[in-house]
Amino acid sequence: MTGRAPRVIGRPRRRVDARAKVTGQTRFADDIMLPRMLHCRLLRSTQPHAQIVAIDVSKATAVEGVHLVLTGKDLPIPYGILPVSNDEHALCPDKVRFVGDPVAAVVARDEVTAGHAAQQIDVSYEPLRTFASPADSLAHDEPRIHDYGDHGNVHKAVALQFGDVDAAIAGADHVFDDVFFFEGSTHLPIEQHATVALKDPDGKLVVYSSTQTPHYLHRALAKALEMPAAHIRVIATPNGGGFGGKSDPFNHEIVVAKAALLLDRPVKICLSREEVFLCHRGRHPVLMRFRTGVNGDGTIAGMDLQTLLDGGAYGSYGVASTFYTGALQTVTYNIPRYRFRGCRVFTNKPPCGPKRGHGTPQSRFGQEVQLDKVAEHLRVDPAEFRLRIVVPPDSLTANYMRVKTIGLADCIRRVVDRSQWKHKFRKLPVGRGVGLACSSYLSGAGLPIYWNDMPHSGVQLKLDRSGGVTAFCGATEIGQGSDDVLVGLIAEVLGIDPFDVRAVTGDTDLTPVDLGSYSSRVTLMMGNAAIQAAERARDILASAVSDRLGIPSDRLVFADRRVFDSERPEHGLTFQECVCLAEAKFGTIGTVGSYTPPKSPGHYKGGGVGPTPTYSYSASVVEVEVDPQTGWITVPRVWIAHDIGCALNPALVRGQIEGAVYMGLGEALMEEQAFRRLPPRLSGALVHKFPSILEYKSPTSLDMPEIFTDLIEHPDPEGPFGAKEVGQGPLLPIMPAVANAVYDAIGVRVDQIPVTPEKIVRALQAKAAGKAARSGPAAFPDIDWPEPLLVSPPWENGDGRASNENKKSTKVVVRS
Amino acid sequence: MKIRITCTVNDEPVDLLAEDYKTLLEVLREDLGLTGTKHGCELGECGACAVLVDGEPVLSCLLLAVESEGRRIETVEGLARDGRLHPLQESFADLGAAQCGYCIPGMLMTAKALLDREPHPSRERICEALSGNLCRCTGYLQIVEAVEAAAKSAEGKTSAEAQ
Repeated sequence: MTGRAPRVIGRPRRRVDARAKVTGQTRFADDIMLPRMLHCRLLRSTQPHAQIVAIDVSKATAVEGVHLVLTGKDLPIPYGILPVSNDEHALCPDKVRFVGDPVAAVVARDEVTAGHAAQQIDVSYEPLRTFASPADSLAHDEPRIHDYGDHGNVHKAVALQFGDVDAAIAGADHVFDDVFFFEGSTHLPIEQHATVALKDPDGKLVVYSSTQTPHYLHRALAKALEMPAAHIRVIATPNGGGFGGKSDPFNHEIVVAKAALLLDRPVKICLSREEVFLCHRGRHPVLMRFRTGVNGDGTIAGMDLQTLLDGGAYGSYGVASTFYTGALQTVTYNIPRYRFRGCRVFTNKPPCGPKRGHGTPQSRFGQEVQLDKVAEHLRVDPAEFRLRIVVPPDSLTANYMRVKTIGLADCIRRVVDRSQWKHKFRKLPVGRGVGLACSSYLSGAGLPIYWNDMPHSGVQLKLDRSGGVTAFCGATEIGQGSDDVLVGLIAEVLGIDPFDVRAVTGDTDLTPVDLGSYSSRVTLMMGNAAIQAAERARDILASAVSDRLGIPSDRLVFADRRVFDSERPEHGLTFQECVCLAEAKFGTIGTVGSYTPPKSPGHYKGGGVGPTPTYSYSASVVEVEVDPQTGWITVPRVWIAHDIGCALNPALVRGQIEGAVYMGLGEALMEEQAFRRLPPRLSGALVHKFPSILEYKSPTSLDMPEIFTDLIEHPDPEGPFGAKEVGQGPLLPIMPAVANAVYDAIGVRVDQIPVTPEKIVRALQAKAAGKAARSGPAAFPDIDWPEPLLVSPPWENGDGRASNENKKSTKVVVRS
Repeated sequence: MKIRITCTVNDEPVDLLAEDYKTLLEVLREDLGLTGTKHGCELGECGACAVLVDGEPVLSCLLLAVESEGRRIETVEGLARDGRLHPLQESFADLGAAQCGYCIPGMLMTAKALLDREPHPSRERICEALSGNLCRCTGYLQIVEAVEAAAKSAEGKTSAEAQ
């Protein structure tokens, strides 16, 4: 086949599912209404930490219209997203760990009846000490929130050291020591989580759910229900927003599955908005300390990072989140020696997990703000300073992350140029300022959630005499446009129109496994699998056409729904005729493609978090206006450049970037998943401060700045047509760029997220009183860190292994 | 207790019995099967459930269904006419305004009410009109541009008809 200019890829197109979305025909989970369907409501704990002494469901069972009441004893098998932390039960059997932990479920003829009956359930609790903060959890080992973890209420403490970082910092010309805090925030998808479960006519279980990870839900259902996975079908409905919040297997999904099996009727649950806040799995609050040694020439000698994560009540993705707070510091700037120590503690709050950027935005904030301080101290422009220390392409970092293409320098130059940075930085009048920050993110995690050697994504194609092509893939459409990527790539390779391709996705019965829509993995991994499947189909067609037309295959062109001779374009066949020829010659036409990421060069424990086939890079300049009286912040303009490799559908890419800027501004300026104590007369329990959309502030259309987006497109050899991720990376520079801009505007450092008017005013007052012009955490606590794993960097004769690691501990331990 | 409601939905007469506690949102979705209208909070906070009642955008989660007696309801299902998408639907689809799409029915209906009243709104007016409709995916810019594009295309159509 001869090459030709892309017809589909690289052009802004109406996405394949756009019509369904603008006509209201996209069928989200709660839109599924089935005959004989019953409705489920959960009773949730009113206690933050307590033993369950007794549960009396008799009054609920007696309510007219109630079909079933379930409690923890009906679902005794624990589950969880990570094999190392299977610490959840669909309904708490003996203990509750936060206000909102589900204790019982009622299935009734309608939601109102189920909700009313749930309130008739009597639960007696024996309260335990509440752990409201990481400081609490570090200070008190007993009572333990969980009976597993590193010790006491420490879920996980990790320590990794790459070279003699203490010597590097001691020998540096300047040492910067900064403490930062990043408040937790939640995903706030507009769609509330919903699930419908039923038995199909054959007696097998079917679960429709708003999940980003149908494959992992499939596994969790099989475990928790003690059923063969082959008898369970999970269908991921299009998600009405995910952002990481629908990536865990959830208790409500398991509950309605169990109920449907017991009742042999469809059972639906749709969470209330308050329950969505309680499900959470959002951004971990992280306290962090960066000690960085900088040489006189502005290069970094070494960095020592400590992070403390408030994990909430369950493990969720927390072990991975912990490693992520220290994994990507090295992939943007040269850091020859590096130590990372991270600690995640359990507290009695809704569990934290992966939110867009998963564990990396918090420490990226600290790093980029500290770099701003370093540049100021060295009297260097922060953009120039960064440009001198950008990691080179095709390199290996101190912690064995493989950098392939890197467009970071181009991103910096682009936003500096477009924003007229040099005319603005430190030059605008008081109250106006600009700030710059950069970031990087994975194009898919290098390792799956559970240990296995199988592909991360699979695509099957069916072609038949109709001329239509059907693509099957387990990938899940969460709004990011994965169906469009799948269809677009296949249409491109086969030379047909995207409208000729039907996508069947996210259905564990029908589609080959794809690990799910998380870690920005789908475009690259599914994309490569789709190209492989499409090229195999193209080869089959080419073979048949070549025989029929007497033209060698390498002269055939697939384009415009035709296959023709590149030397005589009028000499050819329609695509449909080609499929008929091939079907006659070879029989039924089907192909498969699959993708497995390259092996990671790091072989130390923890080295599995951070590797990816290729990293994306972003740089942003944010302009702010700050009222010196009130501290009120407005953001009139944001410039952002993103190294995407290749934009498969530029209209969707732009949307991802603008959406990331929006979400970043929400985190930077207002979003907080915060907690408070009820007054003593109401139990004093630790509760969510404001589990409603009205009070959990997020930006509206009136709050949005002008956004100037630039794409840096140097195709990456690892990506489909050179594409890298775009869903998460562009969020990361926004929070530090805002904080840096506030400093430029008004001369105070707000070393904590969100940057609010109150904190600015407090810092201004401190400045006026002759104290440090800063608002932020005072200190990082003393943590009893484990002995770090010692891994020599590549340039110090390292081989990617820890010199002091017990060989046995490198094996992945799977808890059942 | 069920009560009788008569109204029009997307210009079709509706005559039904519904539970008296139900909101218009619930009756549209559960009794009439019009699931195009979404819900994100059922407390009047997110705008996902916006429909038009006598041409005005209304949060259907805050309106008891009985209050729609005798009134003219428009939902996203009624936007396309004669097999053709509404200009707002065309521009939203073309310009990437719908990502997950969950807020889009509410956005479309709110934008329609605006354009019906003000065919040529400024960008500020569009942002103001849509400020009660939350979207977590897009950052709003492509949505605002899609409303502008729809206004422009309707303008082009009107001037073509005038000629």
